[in-house]
Amino acid sequence: MIVANKNKIVKLAENLTADEQTSGRSLWADARTRFMGNKAAITSLVILVLIVLFSFVGPYFAVWTYEQIDWNTMGSAATLGMPSIETGHYFGTDDLGRDLYSRVIQGTQISLMVGIVGATIAVVVGTLYGATSGYIGGRTDQIMMRIVDILMAIPFMFVLILLLVVFGRSIIMLFVGIGLLSWLDMSRIVRGQTLNLKNKEFIEAAQATGVSDYKIIIRHIVPNLLGIVAVYATLLVPGIIIAESFISFLGLGVQEPKTSWGALISEGAGTINYDTEWQLLVPLSFFIVTLFCIYFIGDGLRDALDPKER
Amino acid sequence: MLNYIIKRIGIAIPTLLILIAVTFYLMHAAPGGPFTSEKPLPPQVLANIEAKYGLDQPIWRQMTTYLWGILTEFDFGPSYKYHSRTVNEIIGQGFPITLKYGFWSFIVAIGVGIPLGAIAAIRKNTWVDYFAVGVSIGAQVLPNFVLAPLLIIVFTLWLGWLPGGGWHGGDWEYLVMPVIALSTSYMASIARITRSSMLEVLNANYIRTARAKGLPTKTIFFRHVFKPSLLPVISYLGPAFVGLITGSVLIDIFFSTGGMGYFFVNAAFNRDYAVMMGITILVGALTILFSLIADLLYAWIDPKIRY
Repeated sequence: MIVANKNKIVKLAENLTADEQTSGRSLWADARTRFMGNKAAITSLVILVLIVLFSFVGPYFAVWTYEQIDWNTMGSAATLGMPSIETGHYFGTDDLGRDLYSRVIQGTQISLMVGIVGATIAVVVGTLYGATSGYIGGRTDQIMMRIVDILMAIPFMFVLILLLVVFGRSIIMLFVGIGLLSWLDMSRIVRGQTLNLKNKEFIEAAQATGVSDYKIIIRHIVPNLLGIVAVYATLLVPGIIIAESFISFLGLGVQEPKTSWGALISEGAGTINYDTEWQLLVPLSFFIVTLFCIYFIGDGLRDALDPKER
Repeated sequence: MLNYIIKRIGIAIPTLLILIAVTFYLMHAAPGGPFTSEKPLPPQVLANIEAKYGLDQPIWRQMTTYLWGILTEFDFGPSYKYHSRTVNEIIGQGFPITLKYGFWSFIVAIGVGIPLGAIAAIRKNTWVDYFAVGVSIGAQVLPNFVLAPLLIIVFTLWLGWLPGGGWHGGDWEYLVMPVIALSTSYMASIARITRSSMLEVLNANYIRTARAKGLPTKTIFFRHVFKPSLLPVISYLGPAFVGLITGSVLIDIFFSTGGMGYFFVNAAFNRDYAVMMGITILVGALTILFSLIADLLYAWIDPKIRY
């Protein structure tokens, strides 16, 4: 038996004598390995990158712009506006004879942008608020979290529509409104993590050497929160895209001739009686596929980064 | 417990007041009054109209009058656009409809979601489990505005089973699609939450003890597993309620059910601030009341919470 395992023993001995400096695995390297091993997440990432690329490269292949009306197909979208290569309407036309291919690209850009900008605003506000509240603690913490409780009880979609009506319907307002109203969950998660962190030795060391509170939060607390923030930011994006699409579906969001997934789905849904299913199905597939991808990526990130899962 | 109730109500009241104040100031921060139109009115007429609606008063005075009207007589004032109607009448017309399908959606979300999640947890890694997990992932990317058109395509256009919209006093066939469209994503979330919390409870030591001392599975489930695993579900009920109310806006528009959402969006297009404000405040009050009830329920069920 011993002889049979000789190879193994020799290898072991070599490993021992080689005295290789095993480099320590950082949290991020560890997470990357785990993430790479997650097939669903990697596939989703590839598809998402393709969709993003498509939204940038796609316009160069378009025959029509997103606001140009093809007068030939107008009024007979069901027959002449079918998706076809010859007419240049790869995805068909919409009810007004505009090219759906270009409009879907335009909508994809807007929807993804809303998701990213909204999530960024939510992350910045939520992280700083949560970290400050958790780090300072005591009465300040109580008051700050009570404010979050109060804001959480407000039906945010109604207030957002109110904001859009009062201050005019612009994309900027939509971005800011959605971002400012979706940082609440983030701040709670961040606060919880901060409470864990603030009693660690390195924070104590920083305090002992006289670093100011503000610098401790920015330099020492926030970087250690990045993992969990990345996870929840990814999971936040679908919600924000859905919120924007919801508002655009109602016709209160992005304004013509610009469009977004919600507006396109709404237009397509309005014409399902006229044998023009592609007007609904094309934007709908983009919407569903993208959301699925982001969802799986977020899930993969959570498995890779969330300390609770270990 | 009494302390907790008082404390909790102590949060609810300022929340409502803040909501009212914010919406009120938003309305008045709006550029152009509610009576600004393309054809400018003669100044005297405008002044008369503003006097009628009390808009010539200082803003704090308007606000206290408004607040007083709500608190004492539940009066949300007149509509700015439909001159013969008050906001109360509009809410009175839309609210019962919203309440009816909202109530059924809530029942479906809980009544299907909890059993589905529970069965998935008990029969982990069987087809029931995979089905439940699949549904809950699918429902995450199928929000109500995606589900509604798909339902219409399938049930109205292809199968011809159900009418594509309308209300007709809430006959069941007019109720089915709105309820499905509204409840599915919350049903799925509740199923997911129930499943994961029940799995956690099932792996707890005290369940093993209960098994070891030979209790029948039924007793273990209903006496030891069910109640603690419902706690996360209860804390989700608040957000679910907000979601349902928000979703109702879309249901009203898409299925022409004529509930509150219809009037809200109409008011948004017409800049009828009084109606928007009234509906926002009513919805806010309901939400606050509901999360209060959910919190109290939580405190009542969870023995670990002592205030």
